Amino acid sequence: MSEKPDTVSEEPTWWCTRCSVPLEVGKVNISYLGSMFPVDLLRCPSCGQVFIPEDMAIGKMAEVEKILEDK
Amino acid sequence: MEQDELRKLENQCIQEHLPACAAACPIHVDARAVAAAIARGDFAAAAKIVKKAVPFPGITSRVCDQPCQAVCKRGEAGAPVSLRALERVCLDQAAQIQDTILTLPKKEKRVAVIGGGLSGLTAAFDLAKKGYAVVVFEKGNQLGGSLWQVSEEELPRQVIAADLAVLEKVSVEIRLGITVGKDISLKDLLGQFDAVYLAVGEAPEETFALPLDQHGFIAVDPVTFATGVEGVFAGGGLRLQERSHIQSIADGRRAATSIDRFLQKVSLTASRSGEGSFATRLYTSTEGIEPLPATPMADAAGGYSAEEAIAEARRCIQCQCLECAKVCEYLNSFGSYPKKYVRQIYNNLSIVMGSRHANKLINSCSLCGLCQEVCPEDLHMGLVCKQARETLVKQGKMPPSAHDFPLRDMLFSNSETCALARHEPGKATSTFLFFPGCQFTGSIPQQVTKVYAILREKLTGGVGLMLRCCGAPANWAGRTDLFQKTLGEFRRLWDQMGSPQLILACSTCYEIFKTHLPEAAILSLWEVLDRLGLPAPSKPASSAVVAVHDTCSTRYEKSIHSSVRSILTRLGYKLEELPLSRERTVCCGYGGLMFFANPELARSAIQRRIEQSATDYVAYCAMCRDYFASRGKRTLHLLDLIFGASPDDAAARKAPSYSERQENRARLKRSILKELWGETMAEKEGYETMHLKMAEGLRKTLEQRQILDDDIRRVIDHAEKTGSRLLNQRNGHFLAHHKPASVTYWVEYSLQPGGNAIVHNAYCHRMEIAEVIKQ
Repeated sequence: MSEKPDTVSEEPTWWCTRCSVPLEVGKVNISYLGSMFPVDLLRCPSCGQVFIPEDMAIGKMAEVEKILEDK
Repeated sequence: MEQDELRKLENQCIQEHLPACAAACPIHVDARAVAAAIARGDFAAAAKIVKKAVPFPGITSRVCDQPCQAVCKRGEAGAPVSLRALERVCLDQAAQIQDTILTLPKKEKRVAVIGGGLSGLTAAFDLAKKGYAVVVFEKGNQLGGSLWQVSEEELPRQVIAADLAVLEKVSVEIRLGITVGKDISLKDLLGQFDAVYLAVGEAPEETFALPLDQHGFIAVDPVTFATGVEGVFAGGGLRLQERSHIQSIADGRRAATSIDRFLQKVSLTASRSGEGSFATRLYTSTEGIEPLPATPMADAAGGYSAEEAIAEARRCIQCQCLECAKVCEYLNSFGSYPKKYVRQIYNNLSIVMGSRHANKLINSCSLCGLCQEVCPEDLHMGLVCKQARETLVKQGKMPPSAHDFPLRDMLFSNSETCALARHEPGKATSTFLFFPGCQFTGSIPQQVTKVYAILREKLTGGVGLMLRCCGAPANWAGRTDLFQKTLGEFRRLWDQMGSPQLILACSTCYEIFKTHLPEAAILSLWEVLDRLGLPAPSKPASSAVVAVHDTCSTRYEKSIHSSVRSILTRLGYKLEELPLSRERTVCCGYGGLMFFANPELARSAIQRRIEQSATDYVAYCAMCRDYFASRGKRTLHLLDLIFGASPDDAAARKAPSYSERQENRARLKRSILKELWGETMAEKEGYETMHLKMAEGLRKTLEQRQILDDDIRRVIDHAEKTGSRLLNQRNGHFLAHHKPASVTYWVEYSLQPGGNAIVHNAYCHRMEIAEVIKQ
């Protein structure tokens, strides 16, 4: 199972395989049904590829999706 | 939904109507609430309810003629509840509580009440509370009228005195020893007062020069109690056929309402249907209620003790309808009843800004119609929900996640990968067309081949085969556009084949075509097999008993019900009827796409159904069978028994996953095309051939997350082709995501030699990432 991003440890867990660099925290916009939210996420500083961890997808994101779907 | 439609629907639900006792009571004492309060030992609350409704509660609790008793539903299971005795005990128990009487500010208008009996005094009390100056003229030397004819044992005189003392509190003026018509004329009274209530009791000697009816009595309007002279009203004993203390009180109350309206110059007749005794529309079933005799009273003169009263109050069955919620897990699970639900749905559809709290309510219904079947007023929540879904879709407000997955599954069933339409091999025309339906082919594809062989063998004139979905998921989802398109495509293919008679294995297809393709002649597979005779399987053990689960979409198709039972009997099985079967059968949780919109509810609906008998179930719908099997209930498909499968193996067969269903449909087309028509489909290529390895627990999780193997293959394929993927340095797993349509899938995987993959995890979301990947 996937591990949570660990930005404090010295050796970063997640690397972008295309750019061969570790992911860094940055602002990413996520949106649904016309609403947009800036979120701090791990992403590749070079190509921009984003990492969304499992607990966020099935937790907070699912929750917000539900709220927005009922708007 | 228009407002008049909402009102019509709300009116159809009778749950909020008064219980029989309160409706029969001419002043509508809420006896159900009184009993409920006493049952929990709260005598003060009970007394409060009585005092609010009754002007002279002490008197009433001793002399009321109890019209409630004749209609009490407890009477059908034992003896009616003794409400009068309960009222008396709650007043005694709460005697120390001081009452405050709220009166409106004083008004200028004056009212004369002629007659100091219960009717006159009730009118005086009610009018005084409304702020009028009231004078009671009594020809005798005491108030109470016919109450004095009741024995002292039954009605102690101090009770009369205590109750009537309330008149002083509301400043009613009493003039004793004055006979109107002798000491003062009605005409003179009318000069001094703005309105008069004549309540002079039975057989009055005087008619006060008022217009008379054809029998020579004072003419009185039965609704308003107005006489032929403006401002003069008459009621109570002079109008009543039989003496009834409670009716006299009710007359006084009705007269007070009329006089108040008359003095305020508003309509005397508008909205008066709720006054007086009436028969309630509330339906209450007493089925299954254990009969209980009346609670005996140790001291008949003293009335019930507190303990006895609690026992008696507990016999009240707390009348309510809820016939629908008793049998429907959906209606039960939202904690209320259809009158409230239709209002919530109406509000949900009318919302401009804010949250639509009833979306889940609208999308959770199986649309099965059991509610209408059991409703005394035929209210069909399924139709309400279906229409609401169509409205949500039109408004663009249907939650995208509610039905996306089953609709994509439908499109897959109707894609080139699975769909097929052919005449019988070697024939150019079809008299019949076998249409097994998408869930039958997804669940037990091997049986489709066998059934088709039997049909070809036994029927002449050519039996064509069509593999696809009838469009039910789109119809259930409120997607009228997509449903009509799907149905139109079916119609085109069916026309091309010469519009053959349809042989349908799925009850939902049967309902869909019967309703939406009325020009087609349809037959249920079960009727056909029952008529054609069956292959001879090995007979079951002589003691084999099965319980039939009827499919909800054909609840009114009696001939299907009997064909299924006839087949089972011929196969040698003894039949058990479930408590809810045939036209009262319940949905398995698939209908209306309940399982997709509200999986927790569907699981409890399945649970409720499978607990109705310990016997093995037989279903004739693949989804019913699979859903019951998924919760561990031994359930056979009728075809398993027809084709002589080992009942033990067939009952325990695991329900296929969504991926396996799709694979089954695709494989069936491929194999049957080759076997019967000698045609070969193009082999799978590229990522489609990728083999996925994953743990059983993960498979279950992915099933719940509605992630198909094919979705996973596409993500890996996309990642490997584009190089867009992440690496977990600690365990060497890759993580990649891909959004083929509206859902973004994430897969954590490792690659194996040969292009196969080990899947460690997968998850998905619908929110979109504003991600621009630099090349």
